[in-house]
Amino acid sequence: MDFATFLIQTLNALQYGLLLFLVASGLTLVFGIMGIINLAHGSFYMIGAYLAFVLTSATGSLVLAIVLGIPLALLFGAFLEWLLFSHLYKRDHLEQVLLTYGLILVFEELRSLLVDNDVHGVSIPAFLDASIRLTEVMTYPVYRVVVSVVCIVLAVALYFVIQRTRLGMMIRAGNDDRTMVEALGININMIYRVVFALGVALAALAGMLAAPMSSVFPNMGSQVLIISFVIVVIGGIGSVWGALVAALIVGFADTFGKVLLPEISGMIVYLVMAVVLLWRPEGILKKG
Amino acid sequence: MNAHASLIFKLVALAALACVPLSGESFYVELISKMLVMAIFAMSLDLLVGFTGLVSFGHAAYFGIAAYAAALLSPKYDAGNLWLLLPGAVGLSALAAFVIGLFVLRTKGIYFIMVTLAFAQMAYFVFHDTPVGGGSDGIYLNVKPSAAIGGWEPFDLGNGTHQYYFILALMVLVYLFLARVLQSPFGRVLVGIKSNEHRMQSMGYLTYRYKLGAFTLAGALGGVAGFLYAVLFGFVTPELLSWHESGNVLLMVILGGMGNLVGAVVGAFAFEGMRGVFESWTEHWQLLMGGVIVALVLFLPGGLSSLPARIRRALQGGEAK
Repeated sequence: MDFATFLIQTLNALQYGLLLFLVASGLTLVFGIMGIINLAHGSFYMIGAYLAFVLTSATGSLVLAIVLGIPLALLFGAFLEWLLFSHLYKRDHLEQVLLTYGLILVFEELRSLLVDNDVHGVSIPAFLDASIRLTEVMTYPVYRVVVSVVCIVLAVALYFVIQRTRLGMMIRAGNDDRTMVEALGININMIYRVVFALGVALAALAGMLAAPMSSVFPNMGSQVLIISFVIVVIGGIGSVWGALVAALIVGFADTFGKVLLPEISGMIVYLVMAVVLLWRPEGILKKG
Repeated sequence: MNAHASLIFKLVALAALACVPLSGESFYVELISKMLVMAIFAMSLDLLVGFTGLVSFGHAAYFGIAAYAAALLSPKYDAGNLWLLLPGAVGLSALAAFVIGLFVLRTKGIYFIMVTLAFAQMAYFVFHDTPVGGGSDGIYLNVKPSAAIGGWEPFDLGNGTHQYYFILALMVLVYLFLARVLQSPFGRVLVGIKSNEHRMQSMGYLTYRYKLGAFTLAGALGGVAGFLYAVLFGFVTPELLSWHESGNVLLMVILGGMGNLVGAVVGAFAFEGMRGVFESWTEHWQLLMGGVIVALVLFLPGGLSSLPARIRRALQGGEAK
């Protein structure tokens, strides 16, 4: 592997890992704070991607689609939490797995009814549709760099919200001890709703950003879901920073696995997970 | 349900199942054959989920491994020997479950759910990405195994009715076997682990070994189901190992009510039955299926087996007024 290829793959791995972080961060928060296994989290990614497709077709601009899509995703998340997930907090994991598994089926079929079962491309905004020259023959698309930058900005923002704001303090407190937070007079249900909506919006945003790169297709949510679960488990449930580290590990393992060991590339991520769990059964960073 | 009524229910159900081939409708014979296979699969998972308290989200792996073994170990253009193929396929599933169990049983709770899933995904990709089993296209089992012993052939799996009774007999055997296991000291320990693993440990039981035994046994019995599936349909794809299949079988167990072998059978029948009905209504049958699942979790936490008790309670409540 020459240096330029290495550089390109590194950038790809970084971009992929960061995008996965957007999905996994919401998943790990919902996991850690509300104690809910949400299999339907991948569907939010899928819904985001299809929103990007539909809104871009309607408005002619991906940027506008994202600006419109995020509030929609937030509202949708809050609505779902109110309608379904708020009934799941005291149920065991098995019932959560079931209900959210049922939701996947519902969302996939609704997608097929409302849009269709075809693969669709989403065009990159014209002002980002360019490439950076790395060597004589190799270039790297500007859009991917922009996606990475957006993800990094969001990760920093998330850090700021969780560590430095009053809301973040309540979220962290809720992560540690629900009963105590309630006893202090904080409306934990409101916090749950906010966190859930935030998780949905992050996953949907990841889907919208990914849409022009991967195109939108049926079952795109399942792929991302399983990988995100791997990330959450590797990182340690409830730990956003663990999720960041794990997402980057997975991004690199998957990208370089495809280049170096194409025969077993599908398995590498799961191997990494198995090894990490044998070394640390509760993830790299348990609750941080 | 008291023991007497429960026995009568089981015998009536068995008699009804035994009568199915008399209808002469091959469509129904095949449909119920599939339901019986799924019932074995669901019972095997119930041993883990319902009795030992281990929620495995990767049980399809053992089903799929035995199905692939059935196809791969059979001669290409000739009938394999059933009495060698079945133990061989089941043995491979048991071996896979044992090895995977060594690792996954080190984790607990949510982690266990996810790690079983991860190992099943690995198995899925072994068959999906490598040429061993024909890649993503899958592989055919061209000729059904022969049941001949020496020159004597007690039954012919190529005959739909014979095949049906063979599957029914295995389902009953698996049921009786599991019921017996659960009565044994081993089974009692498993139930003890479910209710309180720490207490079992402090009583001196090496719970890890018991869990590993249960995991291996469940894998082996899941393998029986997978083997039968391959024989029934003559075609095996990696999708048999996918997490959707693991989800479906978990659903069957919960649908029927966990920790109840008859419930697992009822759940498998209900699931496949619903699928059949919804599929005949609309191509978007999964929408209905998903809706039913969501409603079930919200409104009927104990599964279908809890219905009689619920109805009775509702009636008694009515009388009390």
